[in-house]
Amino acid sequence: MKRLTPYLLILPGGLWLAIFLVVPMVFMASVSTQEGNVVDGFTQTFNFANYADTLVLFQTQFLRSVGYGLAGTIIAIALAYPIAYWIAFKGGSRKSTYLLLVLLPFFVSFVLRTVSWKFLLADEGIVLAPLKASGLLPEDFHVLQTSVAVVGGLVYNYLPFMILPIYVALERVDPRSVEAAQDLYATRSAAFRKVVLPLSLPGVFAGVLMTFVPMTADYVNAGILGGPQNTMIGNIIQTKYLVNNDYPSAAALSFTLMAAMLVGIFAYAKALGTENVLEAAAR
Amino acid sequence: MDIRTNPAFIRGMTTSRRDALKLAGMSAAALALAACGVEGKKAEAPKKDAVADFWAGKKQNGTLRFANWPLYIDKEGKEYPSLKMFEQDKGIKVSYTEAIQDNGSWFGKIQPQLAAGTDIGFDLMVMTNGNQLQRAISLGYLAPLDHSKLPNFAANAAEKVKNPAWDPNNTFTIPWTLGVTGIAYNPEFVDEVTSMNDLWNPKYKGKVGMMIDAQEIANFGMFALGIDPEKSKEADWRRAAAKLQEQRDAGLVRKYYENDYIDALVRGDIWITMAWSGDVFQQITEGKNLKFVVPKEGATIWSDNMCIPKTARNPVDALALMDYVYQPKIATMLVEYINYITPVPATKELVLADAAKAEGEDKEFLEQLANSPLIYPSDADLAKMRGYLMLDSKTDQLFESIFQPITQG
Amino acid sequence: MRKRKLADRLLFGYVWLIIAWLFLPIAVMIAFGFNDTQSKSNVSWQGFTFKWWGRLDEYPDLTDAMINSIQLAVICVVITTVLGTLMGLALGRYRFKGQGATNLIMFAAISSPELVMGASLLSLFVSTGVDMGFTTALIAHVLFCLSFVAITVRARVVGLDPSLEEAARDLGASTWTTFWRITFPMILPGVVAGALLAFALSIDDFVITQFTSGAMQTFPLWIWGATRIGVPPQVNILGTLIFAVGVAIAVINSVTARRRT
Repeated sequence: MKRLTPYLLILPGGLWLAIFLVVPMVFMASVSTQEGNVVDGFTQTFNFANYADTLVLFQTQFLRSVGYGLAGTIIAIALAYPIAYWIAFKGGSRKSTYLLLVLLPFFVSFVLRTVSWKFLLADEGIVLAPLKASGLLPEDFHVLQTSVAVVGGLVYNYLPFMILPIYVALERVDPRSVEAAQDLYATRSAAFRKVVLPLSLPGVFAGVLMTFVPMTADYVNAGILGGPQNTMIGNIIQTKYLVNNDYPSAAALSFTLMAAMLVGIFAYAKALGTENVLEAAAR
Repeated sequence: MDIRTNPAFIRGMTTSRRDALKLAGMSAAALALAACGVEGKKAEAPKKDAVADFWAGKKQNGTLRFANWPLYIDKEGKEYPSLKMFEQDKGIKVSYTEAIQDNGSWFGKIQPQLAAGTDIGFDLMVMTNGNQLQRAISLGYLAPLDHSKLPNFAANAAEKVKNPAWDPNNTFTIPWTLGVTGIAYNPEFVDEVTSMNDLWNPKYKGKVGMMIDAQEIANFGMFALGIDPEKSKEADWRRAAAKLQEQRDAGLVRKYYENDYIDALVRGDIWITMAWSGDVFQQITEGKNLKFVVPKEGATIWSDNMCIPKTARNPVDALALMDYVYQPKIATMLVEYINYITPVPATKELVLADAAKAEGEDKEFLEQLANSPLIYPSDADLAKMRGYLMLDSKTDQLFESIFQPITQG
Repeated sequence: MRKRKLADRLLFGYVWLIIAWLFLPIAVMIAFGFNDTQSKSNVSWQGFTFKWWGRLDEYPDLTDAMINSIQLAVICVVITTVLGTLMGLALGRYRFKGQGATNLIMFAAISSPELVMGASLLSLFVSTGVDMGFTTALIAHVLFCLSFVAITVRARVVGLDPSLEEAARDLGASTWTTFWRITFPMILPGVVAGALLAFALSIDDFVITQFTSGAMQTFPLWIWGATRIGVPPQVNILGTLIFAVGVAIAVINSVTARRRT
């Protein structure tokens, strides 16, 4: 019985994941090598050319999406780390309040928030109009429909997913070890580099995982805040699926995207050596 | 409560190569099983007696499930006055749902059920005369209409909406509302617009809005070149695409919009844009300084159409409502709220009569409505208007592949 | 010492600056719930009014969509919390064959983009001829929230000291009693955090829901549709109300936290 316990615990959730994650993927893999159209139907021809064709056709959007994802992730780390640090070490009894503050905006529907950003950043809106009037910005300056707006939107929408894991990692650092390090190394910065930073890296790793993937695959931000030069691969996939009903191409693109994400993440895990860190922590 | 835990501490989230291989092996086996195509369902040409076949033995059930777009029917508080009258007159209770956001996602949602021949949960729906409606028709998903039960449509519908090219003899659809895609602009920044070429004017660099829908922009590209979109061929599409690409490369286009262009126009992000008539009319009656024109080269006229899915449970009730809204007084209630082009020309007099009875702001609004070329287009304007090009499944893919790289490059 | 104070103060200012940035669009949304707009679009300020608060139920579909969203989120939270907690316990506490495979699948669930999940589920439901609606949307929501809950709980379980449970068992407590009296209270913070996360993910989901909900409407989907003609102020008010619930939780939490210390 005792040996069976973990299996019994895993079974319900594991089955759910297996059935609804793996099986649909198999169906989609099958679709991605078919040929045809909605009206005449699709036939399975093992047409792997779908992959090559779509990759050539949309390489720009692929690269752009990865670029935006990387930029967004790096900015998110830069913004999130100090916040997580402050909450973990200086938050005192208010820690959870601050964390909730960070999470609260996410109770509001994402579509509504993005519509609000569009209003805020309008060319003659409440932010830009005064700056233009005072001559600080040129008259034709605009933020909407630029890469800045899209990456800004991505960072805005996924920042909490970076703050939380970093905070958790930092919170496990014993303040006494930091004090000891400060006595040892004499400067705060050295103590930070040698003690706090290494201990918080797993949190950063988790944060990157939770932000980079959704940012790269996002299509709503590029759709609402971006312009003709900011189309991401998600926009293409969504259009092909829902507007053109071009399922084979859409499925091939989805698979390519997923494979790229997985390969990237595993390579990243290896490079950072987080495997050992995590394994050690898990025991 | 204390969130001291970690919402995503990925730990030990690694795997041995053997597990990965096992999973890959499983997937491959399953892939072999799933390696069969999706059946295509080409509809046979509608037989002569298709109508009689479909309606034989069907009777009124007293309920109707109606799927429409958001904010697309008259409304007072929580009530829909026109549907309420329908219920009193015909004894049919309508459950009305704003279930449709756009044609693409709507068709994507109902297509599986229709392909399987099961009920989609609605007896009546409204779809634009674009690709998705074409697909629904050619796949045989729609019920052929029994025109003997549509006397009001025969008597009151404008000639213009009868027998459209994309649905000869209104076999499957009759319009709910029509609209025009023309040019809207802000006269504060833009000189008077008369021509398509104003969308290509370098003066408005970065301040031009275009639509993301392939058929919408294709039509504009063709109008600009003097091509009739309804008669266009592949060579014309390529020329139009080159013309549109030129506009994009010159940095004129601020964005290829879905339905949010109107906000951008009102807020000053763009000065001149492709636009739908009803959107602009509403902004003008609110006192915004905007203008809408049908350019001299032409504009696109489209219609949102009522149709009955073949699997409907209450098709007779649906047909009853389709005819009911073609009574001038009901059509008037609708147009006064929706502010798009009504398929019933007789409503104009009734709107004016309502205006005569009204006071203050309401009076002003109704007068504007009755006299607006955006609601009652002139014959001269109508003569310049063209519909979308009809595409079959093969040309559809080609068409998309020509225009999509422009909007999604 | 003075330097440190300054650094702390700067950091403190920075934290509030970011929080302000996070709340800026929310402020705009709340403001426009009070906009005295005359028409169906709500994009320019036309004066202050309370009138929309009395006319919240004017859009029955919007109300239904809101109810659907809440029901979906609540049921999703219940299912994911139970399944995810069990998984988290198994993964954090035991070492067993197949652990790697479980991790791999969870990992795939987290790292596959929502878009891909939604699309693949759609292919499955289409091929098997399932009617799409509340149930299919629920399946999808549970699918993408489950791994997050499991990982959250596991992180808590891993940090636990097993000696307490052993002591309880030595004193003759049954497995059942030990779990409810010792283990569960210890992992509760993890469970609550996982449940909150699942709720937040579910109530605001747009992408997967768009693919799997059939003709059913949720709050985000309805708003998306309404942008075609203009988002009515009622939407802003509903958004404000949801937000207010969140604020209330935060305030209560803050008060109780201070009392605890």
